[in-house]
Amino acid sequence: MAERASDLVVSSTAPEHASGPVIQLSAARKLYRSGTIEFEALRGVDLAITEGEYVAIMGPSGSGKSTLMNVLGCLDTLTSGSYRLAGDDVDDLDEAELAAIRNERIGFVFQQFNLLPSLPAWRNVELPLIYGRVPAAERRERAQRALDRVGLADRYDNRPGELSGGQQQRVAVARALVGEPTLILADEPTGNLDSVSTEDVLGLFDELHELGRTIVLITHESEVAERARRVVRVRDGLLLPGHAEMAEEVRA
Amino acid sequence: MNWTETLHTSWAAVRSHSLRSLLTVLGILIGIAAVILTVGLGLGTQKDVSSQISSLGSNLLIVSPGSSTDSSGLRGGFGTGATLTTADAEALGSSVNAPDIAGVAAEKSTSLSLEAGDANWTTTVTGTTPSWLDVRSRELLAGEFIDDDDQVSAASVVVLGSETATELFGTTNVVGRSVTVDGRSFEVIGVLASAGSDSSSNLDDVAIVPLSTAASQLVGGAGGDTVSTIYLKAASDDQLSAAYQEAQSVLLNLHGISNSDSADFTISSQDALVDTATSIYRTLTVLLTGIAALSLLVGGIGVMNIMLVSVTERTREIGLRKALGAPPWAIRRQFLVEAAILGLSGGLLGAVLGIGAAFALPGVIGSSIVVSPAAVGLSIAVAIGIGLVFGVYPATRAARLAPIDALRSE
Ligand SMILES: Nc1ncnc2c1ncn2[C@@H]1O[C@H](COP(=O)(O)OP(=O)(O)OP(=O)(O)O)[C@@H](O)[C@H]1O
Ligand SMILES: [Mg+2]
Repeated sequence: MAERASDLVVSSTAPEHASGPVIQLSAARKLYRSGTIEFEALRGVDLAITEGEYVAIMGPSGSGKSTLMNVLGCLDTLTSGSYRLAGDDVDDLDEAELAAIRNERIGFVFQQFNLLPSLPAWRNVELPLIYGRVPAAERRERAQRALDRVGLADRYDNRPGELSGGQQQRVAVARALVGEPTLILADEPTGNLDSVSTEDVLGLFDELHELGRTIVLITHESEVAERARRVVRVRDGLLLPGHAEMAEEVRA
Repeated sequence: MNWTETLHTSWAAVRSHSLRSLLTVLGILIGIAAVILTVGLGLGTQKDVSSQISSLGSNLLIVSPGSSTDSSGLRGGFGTGATLTTADAEALGSSVNAPDIAGVAAEKSTSLSLEAGDANWTTTVTGTTPSWLDVRSRELLAGEFIDDDDQVSAASVVVLGSETATELFGTTNVVGRSVTVDGRSFEVIGVLASAGSDSSSNLDDVAIVPLSTAASQLVGGAGGDTVSTIYLKAASDDQLSAAYQEAQSVLLNLHGISNSDSADFTISSQDALVDTATSIYRTLTVLLTGIAALSLLVGGIGVMNIMLVSVTERTREIGLRKALGAPPWAIRRQFLVEAAILGLSGGLLGAVLGIGAAFALPGVIGSSIVVSPAAVGLSIAVAIGIGLVFGVYPATRAARLAPIDALRSE
């Protein structure tokens, strides 16, 4: 199962897909149902993001930002509509295939850091590589390089409890980039950080963007959104008109 | 995720709650110890019984004086009367009245002190007939056994057990030497080959003299003609019950008793001995098997319970691992291995307890327990299996968690 999914990944990263949009969301709807209560968190969203873009998603609380992000990250599936990631339709994939896609193409950064408290920093960073079947020696090497890149060369063996919030989020960024994914998704990555740490993390995103990574970042803060080249505004499960022009503007 | 990683992660999870893990595997621990003891007791009893049977001689019936209402007891009426005589033994030897009895050996035993030079040793002195060697299936290490001439002349000759010889002379090479029994000088004419010991006596610590000598010259026991036991050897296995019937009727006849219920003697067979030994074993086996089955079930449920707790506690971790690319099978395997490690720990600790008890218990219950490596290996495998079986449900639950719900949980 997993083998099949990774074959699929290999074929999809072939150059023919490289020029198209990384993310292609069409008429995306997401209906939450808890008991008899239904709530439509996405009510028909069209969104295209091309390779190398740095996009910020903004909107009031409860507007559907995280829902959108989860769909983009293949953590959740649409009720209707379609989602193509790097040219591949992910709507019909099973759990194992989605897991392989997340592993190889997507790096997540969460507001809550989501590090495993019992593992030292480098072991946290190597987690995606474990599921990507990278040999142990190479995993360690790559995890340490990723930590070097986020400025934590002296913190390989510290557990999350021994690190500051900003350092923990940098470990999380290292974990997101260690597998060299095409897409980095960050849901309020600076929501729990002070201004200095926020600057550190945003600096890292800037670097990644310059290296050609596609970055989608959710934020409430306009200073954070300003770092992105394009801002998508969400309200009540819909994208506000105008984001298309902004995108054009950026591309121009 | 390869096996090394899986083992590493699962072991870390078990170890992070070592007390909880230990309590969880208690049921499996007790169950496995009970299994090892049950099997060990079965093998031990088998060993005891077969050594008793071979030490007694095959196709053997034992006639003891006195009545016994306890059908299982060799010793039920032992020594409770002086109702057997040499005449009984002669009658049982008749090929007309008892055609299925191939050999008869009457014994008259008493405990006496033997002296040789400075050495002094107290042992069972048994007066018997030349047929004894064949009936009791014994062999000579050296010299000869008592013969008919010795019997007729009530000769002062003795055949020593190997251990008795060693105790008195420091060697078994003692044919021709003399030993003082009860104040009289006897010539050692033979030494018995070693036969080990049965449940009640050491078969190598004996002194055999002619029956006539014992009756006329040695003190102990009642009147001259009485004997303490008569051993009968059936002509073959199949003839054992016929031999039993013949012995019964010959003796009843001779003693003038019409009703076998009021017999003044008891005939028992090896079957009865085996029954005694196996009845202890059966009781303990039923008990231990019950404990084992219940403990393993309780242990299995304990593993399942703690694994469900573990899955709930680590929902967020599961969500994160899934987000980072763990497919459902990797999550399932991680939790299955964790359950198997719990089972294995219970199995190993249970094996230690079981083996320890196998060494400590025989002194208390009077029955050997043989630790079988195959049984230990198998029960550890069973313990792992229990962990796996009861781990399937929690592991499947973990594997099925939707990544987004798992990530969102607090
Ligand atoms: N599992 C769920 N079941 C039911 N409703 C849900 C579920 N998840 C989210 N919702 C609802 O969907 C809407 C959008 O939620 P979402 O988490 O996407 O908001 P958000 O824009 O990320 O808000 P915030 O800025 O506070 O994080 C909310 O009204 C929320 O209550
Ligand atoms: Mg949100």
